[in-house]
Formats: sequence, structure tokens, C-alpha cells
Amino acid sequence: MQNEAAIRIHEITQKFGSNVILNSISLTVDKGEILGLLGPSGSGKTTLVKAVVGMGNIDKGQVTVFGHRMPNLEIVQKIGYMAQADALYEDLNAIEHLAFFGRVYGLTGEEIKEKGKRILELVQLSEHARKKVLYYSGGMKRRLSLAIALFHEPDIIILDEPTVGIDPVLRRHFWDEFLRLRADGKTIIITTHVMDEALHCDRLAMIREGELIAEGRPDQLMQAIHASDIEEVFLHYSNHNERRGRE
Amino acid sequence: MKSQYVALRVLKQIVKDKRLLAMMFVAPIMVLLLLKIILTSSSTTPTIVLVAPPAPFQAVLEKEAKILLEDKVDDAISLLYAREADAYIDFTGTEPHLAIEGADPARSQLVAAKLQKVLFAMASSETSLAMKEYVSLLQEPDYLYGSKDYKLFERVSPMLMGFLIFFYVFVTAGISFLRERISGTLDRLLATPLKRSQIVWGYFLGFGGFVFIQTIIIQAFGVYALHIPLHGSFWTVMLIDLILSTVALSLGLFLSAYSRNEFQLFQFIPIVIVPQVLFSGIFDLSEAPAWIQWLSHCFPLTYAAEALRDVMIRGEEIYHVIPELLVLLAFSAVFLLLNTSVLKKYRKI
Repeated sequence: MQNEAAIRIHEITQKFGSNVILNSISLTVDKGEILGLLGPSGSGKTTLVKAVVGMGNIDKGQVTVFGHRMPNLEIVQKIGYMAQADALYEDLNAIEHLAFFGRVYGLTGEEIKEKGKRILELVQLSEHARKKVLYYSGGMKRRLSLAIALFHEPDIIILDEPTVGIDPVLRRHFWDEFLRLRADGKTIIITTHVMDEALHCDRLAMIREGELIAEGRPDQLMQAIHASDIEEVFLHYSNHNERRGRE
Repeated sequence: MKSQYVALRVLKQIVKDKRLLAMMFVAPIMVLLLLKIILTSSSTTPTIVLVAPPAPFQAVLEKEAKILLEDKVDDAISLLYAREADAYIDFTGTEPHLAIEGADPARSQLVAAKLQKVLFAMASSETSLAMKEYVSLLQEPDYLYGSKDYKLFERVSPMLMGFLIFFYVFVTAGISFLRERISGTLDRLLATPLKRSQIVWGYFLGFGGFVFIQTIIIQAFGVYALHIPLHGSFWTVMLIDLILSTVALSLGLFLSAYSRNEFQLFQFIPIVIVPQVLFSGIFDLSEAPAWIQWLSHCFPLTYAAEALRDVMIRGEEIYHVIPELLVLLAFSAVFLLLNTSVLKKYRKI
């Protein structure tokens, strides 16, 4: 099953008015790998992952997931998505959130009850399960968002800045979970602007101003230019790209 | 003194917000124009049926009203039922007798005002004879619908109730759907296998349940606590109000898609809600220019008000208002479809 493409992004371009958000980006994500999308905010990461879920209107190019062109509601069923903003309902508690999203993804009442308990333990929200989201801290909201994304046990997990604003202990905990999911054969796309987080990914795609500036395994990317960390790699290719742009 | 910098910033923001500018300058002018046309056009001529009138009275009344002549009172009554006349005056008895159609408060007042004018004119002229008899005209008119005890509130209450239901449902539905968009939860829903139409329908149904209860409460309070006159069936009125709320609901959901925040949603009120008050039957539009009448047919409240008045004041049966109900349902369906297609900008399927 290894090295089989789960997601193919083919030359997608998205413009917003005269602003180019994504410029002809092509990427392939293999089954069972963690792809890190690395780039500053505003670089187009969110637009790119939304296109994979089938949201938004791409101007050119196409995305296929498991061989099906997106948007496709049957495929969406197999994707878990954690948005950058915590899209939660303030007046509902964690259990009510899981019940709603569980139903939307077709889980039965039994499954929701049973899996809900487990997933809340996983994100350490069991004791706050009946608290309104209104009273949640930022970190708790992130955890609930993650729980919702993983709840229906999707084959593809798309996480948009999952670790922003959470404490390092929890971040480590999240990553342990991501690695465990990969071991289960799940495919994960994770966006981040934290460079050291990128080291955990199997492969990195660096994006800047809508352009894919570099792609490869973290260690290889560093070796190729004799860099000591990922930030150096990013800076190197950013400058490289700018020089090319000027010429 | 640093206020000028704050003021400059406010001005800059307003100038950049084209919609706000339009609201501030175009909307009040539009509403004022409509008000002027509607309020000045309503004070025209009523149609009055005369049964065996004395010549001098007829001669003076002819200057103020459109006159139809009948020989029998029964024929005059049927003209009123057919809504071809606003009132009749019967001179066959010992005293002249006035009867007014009464369902439309504006027309009723118009008849009373014109008759008063006629009586004044006759009193000041040489031809005045037996004025006492005529004065009784104004004091004890009969009403085909409703009664002389009806105050303005009772006469406009059907329309008022429809309007209130429409307004509150519009605002609450609009704001909550807007919140769903602002908070990102709508975006989140579009990352799930839910279809766009399922989301819109879900909202519609969820709110529908709430609106159902709201409508029952408003209507029961109006009828039983405030004694709003109700000559038709409570349940028919209920049905009209419920269908009207579905229109408000679907319109609120639809327009919220064109608003970035609550403020922008409220900006729709002068355009979408205020004209509806003018067209809701509280004001008489029968003499208004054709374009106003045409415009009134573009607004759902026109149909609801007509249906409500028919049932509540005229006591009509449900089959009488079916055309109005169908038009309202069509409004609702169109808004829902539009809403679903507006969501296309977030996801294609």
C-alpha cells in the first residue's frame, strides 16, 4: 500500500480578484505519509488544503483524492478536516458537538456514544465534556476541533495549523497521536508555520506567496544546501525564488 | 484635541463602505418618496352607492365621491360584498342610513371624511333642509365587517400581526445564519458530506420549529389577551402566519449571505422591511400610481396582509385565501433555492 498516491493536486491556480492566492501548484501525497505544508500566514496554505476537501472554487487545475475528482461528497466522507479557526458552536458542549458531527458523517447513536468517550479521553477533554464551548480555553477548543476531525475515523486527515496556541506538552501529545495515526495507514496533511514542527513530517512542501518553492524530505532538504535547520532551508528557497523572479 | 483624527478615520471608513453610503442617502429618499406617493394618493374618491337619494344631496356628493345609483338596498349591499363600493346610503327609510364596508380602515375613514365635507357644504348653502336627518348619517353608520367600536388598532391589527411576525423571524433567522458564517462553522459544515441544500433545509426546519411556537404565542396573545377581532378561523390565520414566517425565514437566510456582519444585515431593513409596511394594507393603495401597485406585488407581506384581512375581518373561509398562500409559498421556495445557489461560492456541490 506504501507509495500509492492518496491525493493528487494538479496545477491548481486560485485568484481572488487580481490577487493570485495559489499559482499552478502540483503536489502528490502518498498513502500513509504525513505531508507538512510549511509557509507563513497568507502564503496560501489554507486555500490549498480547502481545495483538497473540495471547498472554494479553484480557477484552474484539479484535485483528485483516491482517484476521484474533488469536490465529491462520498470522498469528503473519508476526510477529516480541522479548520484553522475553531469552528465550534459556543452554546453546545463537547458531547453535543460530537453527536452532531458524528451524525453528519453517518455514525449511529451507539457508535457516537462509544467512540465519543474514547476520543474525548484522547484529547483529554473527558472532564469538560458537558461544559459549554463558550467557557473553553483556546487550547481546549483546539482539542475539541481535533476530536471532531478524527471522530469518524477518516482515511485522510487534514489539519490546518492544529498546534497554534497550545502548550508544548499538548503539542507533543498531538504529535504522538499523528504518528500513531500514520502507523495505522492514515494519510495526513498538516499545515504549520512552526519550523521545528516540520521535522516530524515525512515530507515537506514549502509555500510562499502562492508558489511551491521547495519539496522533499526534511533531512534531504537540509542536506542539499548544508542547512542546520528548516528555517534556513525556507529562507534559502525564498531568496532563490525572489532572485529568479527578478531575472 | 485629537478628535479630528478619530473623525477623519470614521469618515474614511464610511466613504469606503459603499453599501453604508447607499443606505444613508438612497434609502431614506426612497422611503420618503414612497410615503409621499402613498399618503397623498390615498385621499381620493370613495365609491358610494345611493338608494333613492334626494337630488340636492346627490348633487353635492357627486363632487366628492364616485356615485352608483341603485333602486333596492339589497343591490347596494351586494355591491359592497363584491367590493365595488366602499359604502351605501339608503334614503328609503324615515332617516337616511349609512353602511360602510369597513374592512379597510383607510377607505372607511375616507368615506366618513367625505360625508362630513358634504354635510358642511350643505349646511352653509341655501339648499340646506332637514340637516338633522343627515347628521344621523355620521353618527350611526353600519359596518358590513367589524363594528363602529373598532379603533385603529383593531382595524390594522391583522396587518400589524403579520408584519411583526415577518420582521422578527427575518431578523433572528438572518442573524443566526450570519453567525454561522462569521464563526466559520458554515465553512466547517462544507467540509463535511452535507449537501448545500441539506444545510439550508436543516436551518429552515430547525428555525421553522421555533417560529411555529413563536407564531402561536403571538397570535394567541393578540386574539385572546388583546382581543384582536377574529371573524374567521383561528387555525386559518395560524396557517397564513406560519406560511408568512417561512417566507421571512427563507428571506432572512438568503439575505444574510450578502452580509459580512450584523450591521450589514440590518442595512437591508430599510430596503426590504420598511416598504413592506407601506404595502401591507395599512395604507390604501387603490389610487396609487401603477408602478406602486406593481411594486407592492413584489413584496410578500402584501399577499399575507390581504389574506389576513380576508380571514380576520371579513371572516372568509380558507379556500378564499389559497391563491395568496400559494404566492407566499412560491416566495419561500425561490428564496431557499437562491440561498442554496449563493452557497456555491463556498463549495461547488
